[in-house]
Formats: sequence, structure tokens, C-alpha cells
Amino acid sequence: MRADATTVRARAARRSWRVALRYTLLTVGAIVVLAPLYLTVVNSLLPPSALAERPPPVFPLHPVWHDYATAWNQGHLAVYLRNSAIQTAVIVCGQLVTSVLAGYAFAFLRFPLRRTLFVVFLATLMIPFEVTLVTNTQTVSDLGWYNTFEGLAVPFLATGFGTFLLRQAFLQIPRDLREAATLDGYGHLRFMVRVAVPLARPALAALGVFSFLAAWNQYLWPLVVTGSGNNVRTVQIGLKLLQGTQVSHADVALAGTVIAVLPLLVLLVVFQKQLVRSLTGGAVK
Amino acid sequence: MRRQRGAARSRRARALREAALGYLLVLPALAVFGVFVFYPFVENFRLALYQTPPYPGLPSRYVGLHQVGQVLSSSGFLQSLTSTVLFVVLVVPAGLLGGLLLAVAAHRRLRGMAVYRVIFSSTVVSSVAVSALVFGTLMDPVVGLLPWLGLNPSPPILQNTTWALPAIALMAVWQFLGLSFIVMSAGLSAVPEEVLEAARVDGASERTVFWRVTVPLLSPTIFFGVVVATIYAFQTFGQVDILIGYSSAAFEHVNLLVYDILNTIEVAKTSGQAAVLSLVLFLLTLGVTLLQLRFIERRVHYAG
Repeated sequence: MRADATTVRARAARRSWRVALRYTLLTVGAIVVLAPLYLTVVNSLLPPSALAERPPPVFPLHPVWHDYATAWNQGHLAVYLRNSAIQTAVIVCGQLVTSVLAGYAFAFLRFPLRRTLFVVFLATLMIPFEVTLVTNTQTVSDLGWYNTFEGLAVPFLATGFGTFLLRQAFLQIPRDLREAATLDGYGHLRFMVRVAVPLARPALAALGVFSFLAAWNQYLWPLVVTGSGNNVRTVQIGLKLLQGTQVSHADVALAGTVIAVLPLLVLLVVFQKQLVRSLTGGAVK
Repeated sequence: MRRQRGAARSRRARALREAALGYLLVLPALAVFGVFVFYPFVENFRLALYQTPPYPGLPSRYVGLHQVGQVLSSSGFLQSLTSTVLFVVLVVPAGLLGGLLLAVAAHRRLRGMAVYRVIFSSTVVSSVAVSALVFGTLMDPVVGLLPWLGLNPSPPILQNTTWALPAIALMAVWQFLGLSFIVMSAGLSAVPEEVLEAARVDGASERTVFWRVTVPLLSPTIFFGVVVATIYAFQTFGQVDILIGYSSAAFEHVNLLVYDILNTIEVAKTSGQAAVLSLVLFLLTLGVTLLQLRFIERRVHYAG
């Protein structure tokens, strides 16, 4: 009896020790992952003189917001943020619309070459955007789309991945529902808008969050297309320009970095589930 | 009889209408793909055969495969390919192992785990520009942390022919950690708990369970991760563009393939050569993807 109590206590002690070890491990991991971003926030709030202090300050005791104002105004981040918001909104809406339309056709409509066309859509996933850069720069220049929102957004208004995601979601909808709707006099378009799209909301949310992230963080294409002029330049390219004046203004560049990443951190906290769903779509069913 | 024919006709009319609607719905996406994916992709094959004239305005000259051979054997290309492969080797294992480690640590129902999970996936939202500026400052020879840590390579790390590439790789690994964690976590949670429990009941230690049961069951996820990470590494160049640039002394050693393509288009303005490089990038990506398809096929075969 007493021996039993001892082993139980010993086991409990071992377990709590193991839990403590796990928390230690988790916390070390969290520090490693967060440290770069955390130090960036701290440095952006330090007065310039404190930036070279050693050991480096790990908490801004007297935060200075001046750098944020500089990045916002002189760094034109206010304008770049607006541009990024417009570009991202157009791409996200465009991708949702084209993916819903094509996904619906592949799931509910019968037409010759349907399978072939679906394979063609999937084939776009095998061609990285970088591979099409040579001719796309030429096309956009021929269209007179340099330094325009058309040039930034139009090449990304359709996505093979999104079409696939929505086709899968539409295929989950029971056929009976479509038949019942037909008896009620619903045509395909009405059925799509009133029934299919509301039922596919989880897939739409996943695609929306995914394309938001991808569009906001684009670097290569905005770099090529918004070479001159502030009027459509995105925030990522704005960061590159802040870095250009780095030596004297490291703290301003860091404030700009925080401003650029903040909307996405909010997005991550709010939409973590949807983001995870879209990112693991190919790995786990 | 007549009614039957009428019914058949109206059925055919309905099928025709359905087909027309189908094409109409597919058309917007197809138009975008046609203009911005397939046309420029195919155009690479044509451009690769033509040499860009030395002065703008002159017609480009057909040189056949000569240009392909010329580019592929040039020292600049070989250096770029070497850097790219080395970069993949530096980024892929570290990025995946890091993500796996974090996923294993977070794979328990404990209080506060939701917070840890958000933190571990957080770098997925950081862009190349963000990771470049964050690490660029930390690695700066004046305001950075390296001298204080006793690491002070000369020339400074990002101008250093030896250390610039690993430095860029570190930024890429950090940026990739979030996605890696998310993918590995999803894989881990798909491993059935009963199988692990059965192994434990049979007296297997935690370590044996992990290496002999969890890892084999996780292998499809790991393989998927390898493909995603490799393609991600192939496409990296932004940190090089922001922090190093093509006029730096270290440039030759960090001239990753996509940066080479970009500079061939924008600086050298020789679209024929850029097309050859683009096709190389395509073949590399295709090779990695086909490897994954073969692997999945084999698994299905074994399972059946």
C-alpha cells in the first residue's frame, strides 16, 4: 500500500518534471523564432544613440515614436501601404471570382474537353512565375502597363490552386441539392450564387487568406513593374528603398519593417485556422 | 414520335446551353493563364534560339542551339548554378528539421499551447523584404550584434565571399520556419494515436516510438516538405537584391538563379539568354515535382 503511494508520487513527480522540460523547450524555441522580430521592434523604438549600446537593450524604457513618423511620411510608407492594399484587394477578389466560376464549371457542368481543360489548369502549377518573367515584362511594357495597378494585378487574377480548391469544395455538395434546386426553377447561375458559394465558405476563406498573404508579400513582380515613381509602388519595394538609405537611418528602416509586417501578424492571429488549411491543402487531407 | 423528337431536341439544346455556360465560366481564368502563363512559357523556347542584338532596334538574329550551349557553358551560369544548389543544401534540411523540432515540441495538449503555435507559425507572414531588413540590421557591422558576439568577419559578413551565402540562407531558413512548422504539425496530427499507443504497450521507449513509428508514418509529409522547401529555395533572391546587389564584391557568390534571370533581363537586357536560364529553372522545378509524384505512386503501389 505504502509502496504503491510512493510509486504514484514518483510517477507524478516524473511527469511534472517532464512537463517542465517541455515548457522550457517550447520557450527556448519561441525565443529563437521571435528574437529577430522582437529586436526589430525594440530597435525601432530606441533613440538613435542607444542603437549601438552593448549589451543591446532588450526593452525600450523610453520609447521614441519619431522613426515611425519619419518612415510614414518621408519614407512614403503611407502611400505604399495604400498601394499594397489596393493591389492585394484586386488580386484577392479577382482570384476568388475566377476560381469560383471555373471551379463551378469543373464541378457541376458537362462540356466537351472538360477533363483536358482541368489538366491545363493544373499544369499552371508546374510553371513558376519566375520562368515566365522574360516575356511578361515585355507584354506589360507593350500594353503600357508599367507603373499601373493593371500591371501589378492582372497577371495574378487567376490561380490553378484556387480553382482546384473550390472544385473540391463544390464536389462535396450533394447532387440531390442541385436536383432539388432545378425543380425549384434555379438555373446554374442562381444555384451557384445562392447555394454553392455559401456552402463553400470555408474553402473561400482559406483561398482568400492564402492569396492575401501571397499578394501582400510579392517582391519580384512589383520590383520589375513599379521601377519608377511612387504612385503604385508597394510596401515591399518601399522597404527596399528604406534599406538603401540604411547607414544613417537603420532605425527608420526598422520602423518601416514593423509597419509592413503588422497587418499580416494580425491576419495570422485572426485567421490562423484558414491559413493552416490552405497551406497544408496539398499535404494532408 | 414527334413528341419524342421534340424532347430529344430540347435535351440537346439544354446540353448545348450547359456546355456554352461551362466555357463561359472557364474563360476568364483561361484568358489570364493564356496570356501570362502559357504564352510566356512557350515563348522561352523561341527566344532561346535568338540572339539579342548589341544595339536596341536591330533585328534579333537566329542562332539556333548555339546560344543555349553558350549560356550553359559560361562561367557565370556555372557559378550561379553552384551557388543555387549550395543554397538549397543549406536551406532545405535546416528549415525542415527546425520545423519538425518545433512541431514535435508543440504536439501535446498543454496549457498555453495555442500561443506557442501562433508564435511558431509567425514567420510564415514575413516577406523577403521584412526578413532582409530584420537580419540586415542584426548583421550590420556597426549597429549589428555580430561584433558584440565576438564574430567579426572581415570584410563584413554580407560583403564576405565565404559568409554571404550562409547569411542569406539563415534569413531564408528563418522565414521558412513558419511554413515548415505548419506542414509538420499537420503531418504529426494525422499520425493515428492508437498506433503509437500500441507500440508503447509493447514496451517501446519514447525514442523508439518516435524513430520507428512516427517518422516512417510522417515520411509523406517530410517528402512533401522537401519539395516545397526546395522550390522555395530555388526561387529565393530578394534578400540578395536588397542587402547585397549586383555591384558588391560578394555578388558572384550569391548570384542565385532567379537573380541571374532578373539581371539578365533588366541590366544586360539579353532576353535570349534570360530565356535559356528560365528554362533551366523550369527543368529544376519540374525534376523536383516529378520526384514527388514518383514517390507517391510507389507508396500507393505498396499500400495496394
